[in-house]
Amino acid sequence: MKSALSADALMPPGARDESTDMSAVPDAGELARVSRVVPRLLLAPAVTTLLLWMIVPLAMTLYFSVVRYNLMQPGPTEFIGLANFEFFVTDPDFGPSVVNTLLLLGSVIAITVVLGVAMALLVNEPFPGRGIVRVLLISPFFVMPTANALLWKHMMMNPIYGVLAQVSEFFGATPIDWLTDYPLLSVIIIVAWQWLPFACLIFITSLQSLDREQLEAARMDGANALQKFWFLTLPHLARPIAVVIMIEMIFLMSVFAEIFTTTGGGPGNASTNVAFLIFKQALMNFDVGVASAGALFAVLLANVAAVFLIRLIGKNLDK
Amino acid sequence: MNPPTVLPLIARTAAAWTATLLLVFPLLWLFLTAFKTELQAIHVPPLLIFTPTLDNFAEVQVRSDYLLFAKNSIITSVGSTLLGLLIAAPAAYSMAFFRTRKTRDLLMWMLSTKMMPAVGALVPIYVIAQTSGLLDTVTALTIVFTMSNLPIMVWMLYSYFKDIPPEILEAARMDGASVWSEFRHVILPLGMGGFASTGLLCLVLSWNEAFWSLNLSSAKAGTLAALIASYSSPEGLFWAKLSAASLMAIAPIVVFGWFSQKQLVQGLTFGAVK
Repeated sequence: MKSALSADALMPPGARDESTDMSAVPDAGELARVSRVVPRLLLAPAVTTLLLWMIVPLAMTLYFSVVRYNLMQPGPTEFIGLANFEFFVTDPDFGPSVVNTLLLLGSVIAITVVLGVAMALLVNEPFPGRGIVRVLLISPFFVMPTANALLWKHMMMNPIYGVLAQVSEFFGATPIDWLTDYPLLSVIIIVAWQWLPFACLIFITSLQSLDREQLEAARMDGANALQKFWFLTLPHLARPIAVVIMIEMIFLMSVFAEIFTTTGGGPGNASTNVAFLIFKQALMNFDVGVASAGALFAVLLANVAAVFLIRLIGKNLDK
Repeated sequence: MNPPTVLPLIARTAAAWTATLLLVFPLLWLFLTAFKTELQAIHVPPLLIFTPTLDNFAEVQVRSDYLLFAKNSIITSVGSTLLGLLIAAPAAYSMAFFRTRKTRDLLMWMLSTKMMPAVGALVPIYVIAQTSGLLDTVTALTIVFTMSNLPIMVWMLYSYFKDIPPEILEAARMDGASVWSEFRHVILPLGMGGFASTGLLCLVLSWNEAFWSLNLSSAKAGTLAALIASYSSPEGLFWAKLSAASLMAIAPIVVFGWFSQKQLVQGLTFGAVK
């Protein structure tokens, strides 16, 4: 049976039909029962664990968000209604943290999409060393966030010994103290450096399926490079651009390690985003209640983005 | 080639190489700094030519027990990859070959769990880990990594399984093959590429994971991502050591990543870009 099976797999579709007719067909009722129970059993571990992974933290967060619960103050937890939400929202760091989150998100997306498309177009046509360039180009994406952040913090952005300071001194300019004077911009640069290769890689992949004959036809008709880009390449890239934006939204909504290892959210709250604010409340102020209220806010924020992405991918699934 | 086509080629080559070298410069600089002495690392002007030293690598091991963190990284990423494949493969198989009306919704729901921001679950997971004594253990990290990668793994395996022609399976079923032998003799060999790619992606994601390892682990179960973060102290002569530690932490996975570019696009975009 086993050998028949593997041979079967190798046969062209036409030949297969005859071979299957020879074997005994199992009882139809048994087959139906197996095909109903077994698939569910196979699904069970994944569905159960994911359900737990989702429901348990959510339920706990909901509960914590309406009680007074501080890890440093043992004692009975009491119901305090929406006071935690009020505290989180009226925290002077709240407004800036929302603005910072959106600025970080928007800037990194803009940088990675624009530069990503530019880089992808640059390496799309063959040239000497293209393979090596592509491999080098993707590397920053595989650098762990903490290593990435410290590499930039010290060796690039240090105001005295950093490479950027040395370069500006070489040109006679005053070196910039990046992390102190432009903390949010520094975080944006660090995060964008990591995600640019990702965007670029997706655009490169997508450009390979661009219809070459169409481009050639456009060239014959006298279209210049800009016209070809605007009317052919950009529409072709619309979908991957949308995907990159959505995926970066998911991951960049809660940038954490890059802030944790560089600015620590400061100076003041200049580079604190919502994720870091929640972390501060939970593990630095030990205020579980307020942190939970903030977490629900973050979940809400993420769900807005998620709805769009789910639709986009859902459409693809039906094809 | 005639001159009009050669010139643009040279210009394009120069532009592409310049842009790429600028982009990866920080990494190249990290690589160089790892082989400098601390004094050379902060030399003004920056040194390009120097006598390389391997002292930093030994120093990193002595000062911060690199091997312990590397061991934790290996255990958690390999562990979560294997555990994830074990849970995800049956589910993906079931959805790809026993399609029902609910399959689509189920896939979408799994995807939506990935979209929950990690910070949203930080407090409960931290409290659970603390009360169950799992704080700062590789067990906790392995479980958390597995769960956060599971949706991607199911999706990837599902898309690979779906490419297996259903006629092959139907033939096997007609022959009376049990679900297990069907899995063992048809899915496993034909879906090997899918298993490899999914595992590779999961390995990369777990290795680089920083949010949970920073918050759930410290001295005992810390991964390399957490070790590197401990080098964030403000000043001092430690750039060369930081570079050496970083290089040892990222080199294996960067090389790994070079081989899994294609799978990465598929996995991270949930198959929406081909």
